[in-house]
Amino acid sequence: MTANGFIQIALYCVVVMLLVKPLGYYMTRVFNGERTFLSILLRPIERGLYFISGVREKEEQSWRGYGLAMLAFSLAGFLALYALQRLQAVLPFNPQQLDAVAPDLAFNTSVSFVTNTNWQSYVPETTMSYLTQMAGLTMHNFVSAATGIALAIALVRGFARRSVQTIGNFWVDMTRAVLYVLLPASIVVGLFLVWQGVPQNLNAYVEATTLEGAKQVIAQGPVASQEVIKELGTNGGGFFNANSAHPYENPNALTNFVQMVLIFSIGAALTNVFGRMVGKERQGWAIFAVMGILFLAGAFFVYGTESKGNPDFASLPIDAAAGPLQAGGNMEGKEVRFGIANSSLFTTVTTDASCGAVNTMHDSLLPLAGMIPMVNIMLGEIIFGGVGSGLYGMLLFAIVAVFVAGLMVGRTPEYLGKKIEAKEVKMAMLAILILPLSILGFTALAVVLPAGLSSLANAGPHGFSEALYAYTSATGNNGSAFAGISANTPFYNTTLGLAMWIGRFLFIVPMLAIAGSLASKKLVPASAGTFPTDGGLFVGLLIGVILIIGGLTFFPALALGPIEEHLALRAGDLF
Amino acid sequence: METRDNPRSTVRSLFDPAIILPAIGGAFRKLDPRLMVRNPVMFVVEIVSLLVTILFLRDLIKGGADLKFSFQILAWLWITLLFANFAEAVAEGRGKAQAATLRKARTDARAKRLASPQDHRVELVPAAALRQGDLVFVETGDIIPSDGEIIEGVASVDESAITGESAPVIRESGGDRSAVTGGTRVLSDWIKVRITAAQGSTFLDRMIALVEGAQRQKTPNEIALNILLAGLSLIFVFAVATIPSFANYAGGEVSVIVLVALFVTLIPTTIGALLSAIGIAGMDRLVRFNVLAMSGRAVEAAGDVDTLLLDKTGTITLGNRQAAEFVPLAGVTARELADAAQLASLSDETPEGRSIVVLAKEKYGIRGRDMSELNAKFIPFSAYTRLSGIDAGASVIRKGAVDAVLAFVRSEAANPPPDAEGAAVAARSLVSEAAVHDLNASADRIAKLGGTPLAVAKDGRLLGVIYLKDIIKGGIRERFGALRQMGIRTVMITGDNPLTAAAIAAEAGVDDFLAQATPEAKLKLIRDEQAQGKLVAMCGDGTNDAPALAQADVGVAMNTGTMAAREAGNMVDLDSDPTKLIEIVEIGKQLLMTRGALTTFSIANDVAKYFAILPAMFVAFYPQLQSLNIMNLATPQSAILSAIIFNALIIVALIPLSLRGVAYRPVGAASILRRNLLIYGVGGLAVPFIGIKLIDLAVGAAGLA
Repeated sequence: MTANGFIQIALYCVVVMLLVKPLGYYMTRVFNGERTFLSILLRPIERGLYFISGVREKEEQSWRGYGLAMLAFSLAGFLALYALQRLQAVLPFNPQQLDAVAPDLAFNTSVSFVTNTNWQSYVPETTMSYLTQMAGLTMHNFVSAATGIALAIALVRGFARRSVQTIGNFWVDMTRAVLYVLLPASIVVGLFLVWQGVPQNLNAYVEATTLEGAKQVIAQGPVASQEVIKELGTNGGGFFNANSAHPYENPNALTNFVQMVLIFSIGAALTNVFGRMVGKERQGWAIFAVMGILFLAGAFFVYGTESKGNPDFASLPIDAAAGPLQAGGNMEGKEVRFGIANSSLFTTVTTDASCGAVNTMHDSLLPLAGMIPMVNIMLGEIIFGGVGSGLYGMLLFAIVAVFVAGLMVGRTPEYLGKKIEAKEVKMAMLAILILPLSILGFTALAVVLPAGLSSLANAGPHGFSEALYAYTSATGNNGSAFAGISANTPFYNTTLGLAMWIGRFLFIVPMLAIAGSLASKKLVPASAGTFPTDGGLFVGLLIGVILIIGGLTFFPALALGPIEEHLALRAGDLF
Repeated sequence: METRDNPRSTVRSLFDPAIILPAIGGAFRKLDPRLMVRNPVMFVVEIVSLLVTILFLRDLIKGGADLKFSFQILAWLWITLLFANFAEAVAEGRGKAQAATLRKARTDARAKRLASPQDHRVELVPAAALRQGDLVFVETGDIIPSDGEIIEGVASVDESAITGESAPVIRESGGDRSAVTGGTRVLSDWIKVRITAAQGSTFLDRMIALVEGAQRQKTPNEIALNILLAGLSLIFVFAVATIPSFANYAGGEVSVIVLVALFVTLIPTTIGALLSAIGIAGMDRLVRFNVLAMSGRAVEAAGDVDTLLLDKTGTITLGNRQAAEFVPLAGVTARELADAAQLASLSDETPEGRSIVVLAKEKYGIRGRDMSELNAKFIPFSAYTRLSGIDAGASVIRKGAVDAVLAFVRSEAANPPPDAEGAAVAARSLVSEAAVHDLNASADRIAKLGGTPLAVAKDGRLLGVIYLKDIIKGGIRERFGALRQMGIRTVMITGDNPLTAAAIAAEAGVDDFLAQATPEAKLKLIRDEQAQGKLVAMCGDGTNDAPALAQADVGVAMNTGTMAAREAGNMVDLDSDPTKLIEIVEIGKQLLMTRGALTTFSIANDVAKYFAILPAMFVAFYPQLQSLNIMNLATPQSAILSAIIFNALIIVALIPLSLRGVAYRPVGAASILRRNLLIYGVGGLAVPFIGIKLIDLAVGAAGLA
């Protein structure tokens, strides 16, 4: 760990925090249907879209209506993306004349992009045509992110409203999220990335001769436009296989910094939207604090572990110390351009948020450092989390925390003036159940079936971690991978596709049910007898509940994976 | 909580053999799966225990390894179940003992049925044959056969069978004291009663059913908590059921019995086992407090109350006003006024009158004088004159409402008594406009202070005003302060005018008041509060309180009240003490707090259990995982055994707490939460580490594993 590393991490935190209030203010206005500085430009487009699609803007939906609209939209998107991949060979914008994508891979990829996961079982530059990348994948990067934001807003409305049956209009929320939030930021930052050297073209791949005289094919394409929404919408699907480690996706330290900021920006600002909508910004900051503390703990744990380097190198003539000429520590799988601090930070950020973009190979992290990304995802992608999904996931944990400990103040637990009763508890538990069910269930299958075992690149606990990471990443809709696994097999494509589907939609439906139930409740005015949910005590409590209820479930699996690998490494056993 | 001297609460100490012994039997009877299924967590434990028992028997016949270890785990699983059942049985046992006492009151009394109110011929019928609307005649020594309303007569009634209070109470027809309860005994006089309850649903019947817990239904919060516990159990099903597959990958194996041990220790058995005991004990605490809650829901609602409506008289102030100060007019000494006031009150036996005598004596040392020595004639208070006083020789002293005294003095001046000419002439000059003005000013000031002004005049001369003060009950201000800390708003209900009400409200420290209250205004106040999402508690006794009692979320009817009031409320206070509302709220809060505390404790315990069992489970194939054995438990078997023993013993250890309830302090929610999180959250993390280690040492010493 170096002072330089600390300063960069601190700078990152400051920039993210500075964005929270202005972005929160802006998004609150957008989703309350109020005028913003962009309205003059975007409002006519918005109206036009509603006119064409027949959406009645003022007509609100119940939670069922909202959920059905969301499911129908996602299903249609899934089918369209599947068709696009299967037909890409006969469609335009395919200069490399890539073949149709195989059915199991097309299924997996469609689910992956519809669920905001961006798990990539394929090598993009040799699998997907420009048309598929732009009209299929990039488009879904926008709408799946917008769907997440809309859902979070729906839940927040459940808290903010009283005695009503409706939680908003899905089509309107989704349209506004794309039009007012994602699109303007993408255009501005996209141009910035082009300036910094990220390509944006439709050219055929370039063949170059290297200094050694070898031939090298350099992939091209509309990279910048996908790059920005990849981070901003916490999608994570790279234009190239190497993702943000590729110099065309992430050319320098500045773009790296901007990308990390993009990943957290909306997730962090949504806590402020939440606070504003429920009428007390402090409530949002309390949630922000929970996320921030868990994030910092993870970031410094990874940074510390990676800085120390591999203990097995100690006896070898290797200089692993940090110095002016080298980052030191464990540089396996890392870009020299980014070093230990920015790689560790990116690793934590991308797995806290369900982004899954990587500038580091998580597979090459030391065992305990590699456990952190897993834990981050296992906790439910709630540490800032996916755009929208992070907030609604966190609020479900808050409901459970309030219910468990809120009783201790001697009242029926209430959160933000809404009584937490049987229905909310039932739905929150149903949603939270989904994570261990899918992660542990599929991993248990994969590590006994030959079809699952044959894809693992390594033996022992590291191989176990690869399978565990894959299903964790899929269920948590993260999309990053422990790179050793060969996931492009019918078994993994199918089971991971199912895990992504389960992890997204089986979580959302109970969450929306809670939104509907909360919206219909009366608001209990706060008094001195009310459990305070905007102070340090609540922050500590919520962290405890997340770690115990969300985390402990995975302790056996983690013990057999990264923890055992770490202990074995110390004993000199490698896998 | 203060314990009241009540004959029915003395028997029930926590470890009374009369309760413990039947409870042990009950613990076994409750193993019946049909009863067990009501408690999802313990039902799951029973299923896995049965499964393990079958596996054990198979191993026993076929000859398996580690039979001694398996048997111990097996035994502790069943012991866990028995402990859970025992907790519930103990809680019920306390209620059952109370029900037995109550049953004694329900005798096979014969009733004297009347054909009609006028007809005095009685027909002897068994009490059980009475129907609603029947008329019965009850006289000295008779037991009142069923609940009813007195339509004629007045009697003193011994209600100790239901209230535990041996002092008789007066019941009379008309008004708010006309209800009688079946099973109580008439001590003197006679009454005619119209039966209002059908047999089997009398007050006594309901009370027996309530304290026995026979009709106990899960309360909303209990249902929600059960869902949470079931959900957690399901999460741990996934966590544990996937372990064999993971172990298989690692080239190892984990036996079913070890998996079951891990599972049972992880699921929230502590709170699952004690949940129903906590609920029963909460009701029981109310009963011992002489309050009957008609449903557990009402007890929970009491904990949630935001607004408390309290009657002024009897709750906030003592029933009687007392003289607090003599306020003389200009030119009159205080002693002169006190002397006159005392003279006027010598024969006044009302509490106000006596307090005037006492005040004059205490402040000015004026001793009471003998009426006969003074040759005085007492003029008693009449509703017509609204004055009382004394005619002592030539002296005429009057005291009373300010306007009444003024009118009296003016009429005296206009028509002087013929034998007192000289005095009257003097008086005329004394009733000056200045004096009247002075008098009215003093009277207004007193009213603003919440008191009642009483003017005094002697021989046609205005002397001044006595300040009669509403006496706020001692300590009530502190209690309202405590309620405010708990976030509860208190509203005083009074028939006084707004000025007086405001002053008393300020002195008593209530947050708000409703002056010149009518039943309609009360009902409206409750509805307004509820429209804001608040829960309202109130108590009442009269029939005109019934709509408000029914509307309130917690309506406490006084036992002395009318049947209509008792039917409308969802609690009945047998002692008819309106201040108890405050304790009822505390008991409701305590119930919820106990549940929350034990849930938190139970969940926090899991951390240590993982650290005990996981290394033991995996160390056979991954020896390095021994580092996770941070408690340094002796052997894998003793680690697993210690965890499951701890899990069982903690249930028994927490029975007293669950029956007694978590200590309640009237401080703000934030500090309660901080305190309880520290004790039950952080404590819940730490205690099992210590407990399991100690048990491990004991297990090792005993050579059990």
